[in-house]
Amino acid sequence: MAFMGDMMNPAPLWQNGPAPGAFYNFPANSSGFGPSTRPVQEFKAHSATPITTTTTVIGVKFDKGCVIAADTLGSYGTLARFRDCPRIMKVNDLILLGNGGDYADYQYLKDIIEQKIIDEQCIGDGLLLKPRSLHCWLTRVLYNKRSKMDPLWSNYVVAGIQDGEPFLGAVDKLGTAYEDAAIATGLGAYMATPLVREAVDKGNLDEEGAKALVRKCMEVLFYRDARAFQRYQLGVVTSAGVRIEDLAELKHDWSLAHMIHMK
Amino acid sequence: MSSIGTGYDLSASQFSPDGRVFQVEYAAKAVENSGTVIGLRGKDGVVFAVEKLVTSKLYEPGANKRIFHVDEHVGMAVAGLISDARQIVETARSEASNYRSQYGSQVPLKYLNERVSMYMHAYTLYSAVRPYGCSVVMGTWNDYEGPQMYMLDPSGVSFSYFGCAVGKAKQAAKTEIEKLKLADLTVKELVKEAARIIYLVHDELKDKQFELELSWVSKDTNGRHQLVPKELATEAENLAKQALADIEDSDEGDM
Repeated sequence: MAFMGDMMNPAPLWQNGPAPGAFYNFPANSSGFGPSTRPVQEFKAHSATPITTTTTVIGVKFDKGCVIAADTLGSYGTLARFRDCPRIMKVNDLILLGNGGDYADYQYLKDIIEQKIIDEQCIGDGLLLKPRSLHCWLTRVLYNKRSKMDPLWSNYVVAGIQDGEPFLGAVDKLGTAYEDAAIATGLGAYMATPLVREAVDKGNLDEEGAKALVRKCMEVLFYRDARAFQRYQLGVVTSAGVRIEDLAELKHDWSLAHMIHMK
Repeated sequence: MSSIGTGYDLSASQFSPDGRVFQVEYAAKAVENSGTVIGLRGKDGVVFAVEKLVTSKLYEPGANKRIFHVDEHVGMAVAGLISDARQIVETARSEASNYRSQYGSQVPLKYLNERVSMYMHAYTLYSAVRPYGCSVVMGTWNDYEGPQMYMLDPSGVSFSYFGCAVGKAKQAAKTEIEKLKLADLTVKELVKEAARIIYLVHDELKDKQFELELSWVSKDTNGRHQLVPKELATEAENLAKQALADIEDSDEGDM
């Protein structure tokens, strides 16, 4: 009879509320009647170190949409361990999502987001989750986790189209969120942001320009970020929809490292 | 009815002396009062058609839908008490979602059907609950197994079908379905047949208004369950009305 639960001891109809015939202790009120039911705070260590990690995600807004890119390397510490870790996902026809940080945490949240989208399709009213909503939802999830001292070790970049306008926003592992026309996470925040900002501030960035810019950044990062990789994904979202391009491969030339003499 | 007054029809947890469970039979009766639902399994997919009876003019068009998405690849058409059916849909959805989170792939319809059947069957075993007053038809299509369809009764019994009908005019609908060469027909053709059958078996005298609901899951939809696109649905509906008018004309000619 497992499907009905325990019939003799049914689960309460509601929780955290007053029970009939009992005093109600308001939460966070130490002067309640009777002995405190609050358990002694037990400190315990939460694991808060990423294991398999990924690095930069770059996002750029252009006149009619957004481009985001991220390489496919999963690093185990400094070891370049997994070479095929895609981390740009199509959420629906309005949203692209990119992630950097702990890869397992990303896979966990990716499954949850995919189920969210299926649940939404099941409703069948044709409405789609919008990028600003997903961005906000991510801040809630990440902020909650960090408030429990157990953060999801992730940076998220949400790119999409909201009411016909491009949207680009980021959330970090603490739940800090912002919107910007140019976003780079991870080491890219230090090395790619200036490049992207410069181009964005000039204005008149179109899709081709934005893609070329992002590709340039991926190249710069590959040369300078020891956790970067030559293969990367690039996704574009416009009002025409979401497109993730086939894996691109950087052509690299280490002869420019002329100060290093190989024997 | 032989059961009335014998006392064996009040509980689902007791047999009658001749080995029947009347509560379950009554639940089946509830299904027979509902609008007709048909499911057709063709060459490249499954088509659902529902004769949704509109009991009041005050309802908005499209209210109280009887075709549901369970997961992206599974559709469900329901007959019987709509509120009971919605609960079954919800159960199926959570089963599908659980399977996905555990195994990272789409739930096989065979497995989903087993789970939902078990759930419905459990409600035929206890005196404290009543059986579900609905029958549901579930269908899917995928590359390796092709189209699949199951129909589930309030008793918890379920079978896989090529074509099935449930509701008010199930007999007439079954007769029509049997005339089709289901294994050779594509979903595009089946949509028209399904619409025609629903219009044909609809009883204008007893139930005036109804809405036709059509959905499919097929190779063409990449194994996704979708409502039939508006233009195709209207086309099928117009053909159905035409076919019905032709029959009526020829009937008059005979007289």
